[in-house]
Amino acid sequence: MESFQEIIFKLKAYWAQRGCIIQEPYDVEVGAGTMCPETFLRVLGPKPYRVAYVQPSRRPADGRYGENPNRLYKHSQLQVILKPSPADVIEQYLGSLEAVGIDLSQHDIKFEEDNWEAPTLGAWGIGWQVMLDGLEITQFTYFQQCGGIDLDIVPAELTYGLERLTAFLQVKDSVYDIEWAPGFSYGDVRFQDELQFSVYNFEMAAVDTLWKLFDLYEGEAARLLAAYPKSAEKARFPLLPAYDHVLKCSNLFNTLDSRGAISVTERVGVIQRVRKLAVGVAQAWADQQGGAQ
Amino acid sequence: MSLPFLLEIGTEEIPDWMIPAALESLGALFAGLNIPASDVKPDATPRRLVLRARELPERLADTEERVMGPPRAANPKAVEGFARKLGVRPEDLAVESTGKGEYYTYLRKVEGRRVIDILAEALPGIILKITFPKTMYWTGKTGPRFIRPIRWIVALLGDDVIPFEIAGVRSSSLTFGHRRGGRALAGAGLESRWDTYEQTLRENFVILSAAERRRKIEDEIAALHVRLKPDPSLLETLVYLTEYPSPIVGEFDPQFLELPEEVLITVMRHHQKYFSVEDESGHLAPRFVAVMNTSADPEGLVRRGNERVLRARFNDARFFWQADQRKKLADRVEDLAHVTFQAKLGSYLEKTGRVVALVKELGGSEHAQRAARLAKADLTTELVKEFTELQGVVGGLYARAQGEPDEVWQAIYDHYKPESMEDSIPRHSAGRMVSLADKLDTLRGCFSVGMAPTGSRDPFALRRAAQGVVKIIVEGRMFIPLHSLIGGDPQLTEFFEERVKFYFRDVRGFPYDEVNAAIAAGWSDLPELEARLLRLKKIRPSPDFEPLAASFKRIKNILRQAGFAGGAFSPTLLEPGPETELFDEINRAEGQPIEAAIGALRPKVDLFFDKVLVNAPDPAVRANRLAMLHGLLERFKTFADFSEIVTNS
Repeated sequence: MESFQEIIFKLKAYWAQRGCIIQEPYDVEVGAGTMCPETFLRVLGPKPYRVAYVQPSRRPADGRYGENPNRLYKHSQLQVILKPSPADVIEQYLGSLEAVGIDLSQHDIKFEEDNWEAPTLGAWGIGWQVMLDGLEITQFTYFQQCGGIDLDIVPAELTYGLERLTAFLQVKDSVYDIEWAPGFSYGDVRFQDELQFSVYNFEMAAVDTLWKLFDLYEGEAARLLAAYPKSAEKARFPLLPAYDHVLKCSNLFNTLDSRGAISVTERVGVIQRVRKLAVGVAQAWADQQGGAQ
Repeated sequence: MSLPFLLEIGTEEIPDWMIPAALESLGALFAGLNIPASDVKPDATPRRLVLRARELPERLADTEERVMGPPRAANPKAVEGFARKLGVRPEDLAVESTGKGEYYTYLRKVEGRRVIDILAEALPGIILKITFPKTMYWTGKTGPRFIRPIRWIVALLGDDVIPFEIAGVRSSSLTFGHRRGGRALAGAGLESRWDTYEQTLRENFVILSAAERRRKIEDEIAALHVRLKPDPSLLETLVYLTEYPSPIVGEFDPQFLELPEEVLITVMRHHQKYFSVEDESGHLAPRFVAVMNTSADPEGLVRRGNERVLRARFNDARFFWQADQRKKLADRVEDLAHVTFQAKLGSYLEKTGRVVALVKELGGSEHAQRAARLAKADLTTELVKEFTELQGVVGGLYARAQGEPDEVWQAIYDHYKPESMEDSIPRHSAGRMVSLADKLDTLRGCFSVGMAPTGSRDPFALRRAAQGVVKIIVEGRMFIPLHSLIGGDPQLTEFFEERVKFYFRDVRGFPYDEVNAAIAAGWSDLPELEARLLRLKKIRPSPDFEPLAASFKRIKNILRQAGFAGGAFSPTLLEPGPETELFDEINRAEGQPIEAAIGALRPKVDLFFDKVLVNAPDPAVRANRLAMLHGLLERFKTFADFSEIVTNS
């Protein structure tokens, strides 16, 4: 039986052999691997890129105090970006499943339509959810637009749900029972995260403080974005730090939302505020990287 | 000589529901080429759109083209020049007289083009013109668009490849089998010929014919000895989601049967695409049928995998079901303040307030009002957040579990009905009232903030809502003064009139002219409108009806042409004979049902138009006649406007 970490090693090795840079997780909280600069910004512009990384993805509203066997506040995605997407991308993807020990001639695999959209990122794509014996194990997307910009080159994005995939391979009914490493279960490693962040997000997060933080991060990102067009030295302008502040806003929004602190009328407005910043960064980045060539 | 034709567009997985329409589009585009073809046959799996024809000509037939030259009177040099350009001698030219005089002409033979050349030129355009509801680009933003990336193309005419290229893919004779189907074939192309193509695919675990895939699913399910809950649309989905479908039976723990069937079936159908199974008494059995896209599951791995997924899903549902019970629906109503109905129209709490008031205004019972108050509370439950398609149903089930009276929980359960024109209306009057008020509130609200549907854009499904209102009022035989509820908004009134017409015409099958005629006499009371339509249908075949209707149309035209704007009628101005007879008949008809009146009326009307000149020289007589005819129309105007009836005369 492969452990959680061995499955990750194998997938990383598989994609490294296919020309991917293996990145470490991004060190700012995100709701999905797509939001990391390695995806969100790198898919823009005409430069080819190939990268794979495991990204802990935080969704405060999905927290269940560690009580639900399938639902997590923080789950792990393996994010693979192939830009441009090779003609045999699906074969390569199926090969990755075989690389972790799934004999596809013995299983049922289906590609079911599932188009992806992230309104806060001005991003959408066309694709499928990949079903293995009835279990959704991967989201497969051909990006079409990001930050409101039509993409020059269409990347394929593969997002593996690593806990699910491992539970499938280890034949476990609860994610907490999967073996992370010999002698350590997923529960040993992550239960406290699930419990404590659930308590914090649902019960104890100080709403006033989080709003203040939101305003501060938003202000800093907006200040930088406003300065960019006037900057005399665009090539060295700090857009990546501006984007980190946008990510902070996004995570604060999700936390406030799970805390029930965002009213009906506010909600749409707050999403708009985050979107405006994300789209602003994407456009500035496309301009900067295009000009720097 | 004729040649067989094979086109296979190999793609990544096309969404199942788009495939039949795409094939139709491909067939129509090919037909548009006007190449004579026999046995044209479209086929598809998720990974290939295929068009085959048994016989295409090798060449199109030769044709002749008339080339016009200079006038006969032209300089001989010009004539010589014309002939030289065509590569013939001047004496080969003919002279023809045209409307403008005599001209040199030449009948040029045009050799029919080779069909392979025509196809090589036309197929790329045809393929990229296939219509899909949504398309993507994959080679870059300047590249072609299609539903999913095109990965290979087989294009054969006879033994020859029809040469062309789309998005870097060159046509060839190589096809591909199932992605994994039983043995590893990835990467290896399969040589295809017109006569062996389908068999080659079959040997490589692809059943090309949708009908055959359907039959395979049905036959193999029959051999499993389980009783399925029939589900034709799920079957259709699975036919187009697979290249080699094979059904298997799985089981689940019978203890999950304590959850409502509605929840279990939704999980199986919508989330897992499983057929539900029932026992002899029609109750849900703890089994399911999944359809694999592969040939077999000899070790039961696929079955066990699906069983585990379902167990997790059912566990989730049970967890939500139990968690939701901790807070009663009645205590959740206030939480609706946090659920947006629509940005400009506020929260569901506000909507609930309006719907309760409307139910009350329409004379809804205490139970109906109670149901209206609780109807949207299930939007705050975990179960509905997870299974949004169960909204209403879950509320009803919770209300029942929480001891609400039958009429109340059933009204909540039913209040989204009818969800289509085939769906039934809510089972009781309380449910009908709540459903009606909910939909009317949505319609009034959306129209008031400028969100009326435009063209095919109807994001709030307002057409369906209005049709639902019409269906409930008619089939529930409700006395709802529709005009007074929507009359303040002319746009909404017009919208509703269209929906009323649609319902009676397209759903109920009344002829459009009868619908127009009856609606012109008013439609605020819909059961009454229905009664008039039924009567109209009955009298339509009577020999007097259509001639009378034609006369009514004539009267209407006369009145319009005369600019008739009302006027006093005086019996003293009537001439004896046909005019007086008609007047007497109109009077006799007063108070009689139309069925009784038309037989006597028709000959009098005919006679009047035969013998009497409406346009009398004396203006007073003329005005009097117009007033009488107007009175005749008025006599039936609460029944129907007969001038709307389309007659043969």
